[in-house]
Amino acid sequence: MDNQLLIGLVEQSIPQSDVDVRLFSGDDHFEMRVVSPAFIGKTKVAQHQMVYQALGNHMQSRIHALALKTYTPEQWQQTENKE
Amino acid sequence: MDSEQKNIDKLVHEHDVVLFMKGTPQFPQCGFSQRVVGLLQEAGAPYAAVNVLLDDAIREGVKAYANWPTIPQLYVKGEFIGGCDIISEMHESGELNTLLTPFRSKDGN
Repeated sequence: MDNQLLIGLVEQSIPQSDVDVRLFSGDDHFEMRVVSPAFIGKTKVAQHQMVYQALGNHMQSRIHALALKTYTPEQWQQTENKE
Repeated sequence: MDSEQKNIDKLVHEHDVVLFMKGTPQFPQCGFSQRVVGLLQEAGAPYAAVNVLLDDAIREGVKAYANWPTIPQLYVKGEFIGGCDIISEMHESGELNTLLTPFRSKDGN
């Protein structure tokens, strides 16, 4: 699964999104972080559904291996300040 | 809504808290399902578990029902709350505890 393809799919369909994909070492799980103002005012479920929508059937078989984290720019700012 | 979706709709509304999972709370068959079972146990709220491995129609039907591609899926009062990622985040922020407090059995076990 090509990370650039996944990033491109999400960036194309979710406005002003900043996408990062990382493979967990050792097994086939991977984490995707998406930050976008398009998430503002949306529930976590709705935010994740937007990402799944963008990925479409590109990930049908491996979707369960994806750990997804979504943030509005403000939420991401707070998370970064904590780290 | 076809008969399968009606069946799922019924399942979702039969109990306050419903978890669609792979396997059972005693024998979860997937790491994500196992994690959510653990978080629900920690929150101390009773829930009805539906083992999707026993019925492919439910396993695929519930994904269409919630427009959500994976299992496990947690529902509270008929509303889709999320899968493993979201439930874990809600646990860390304390939101899960707040959400489930009203359903804890009265003797507070």
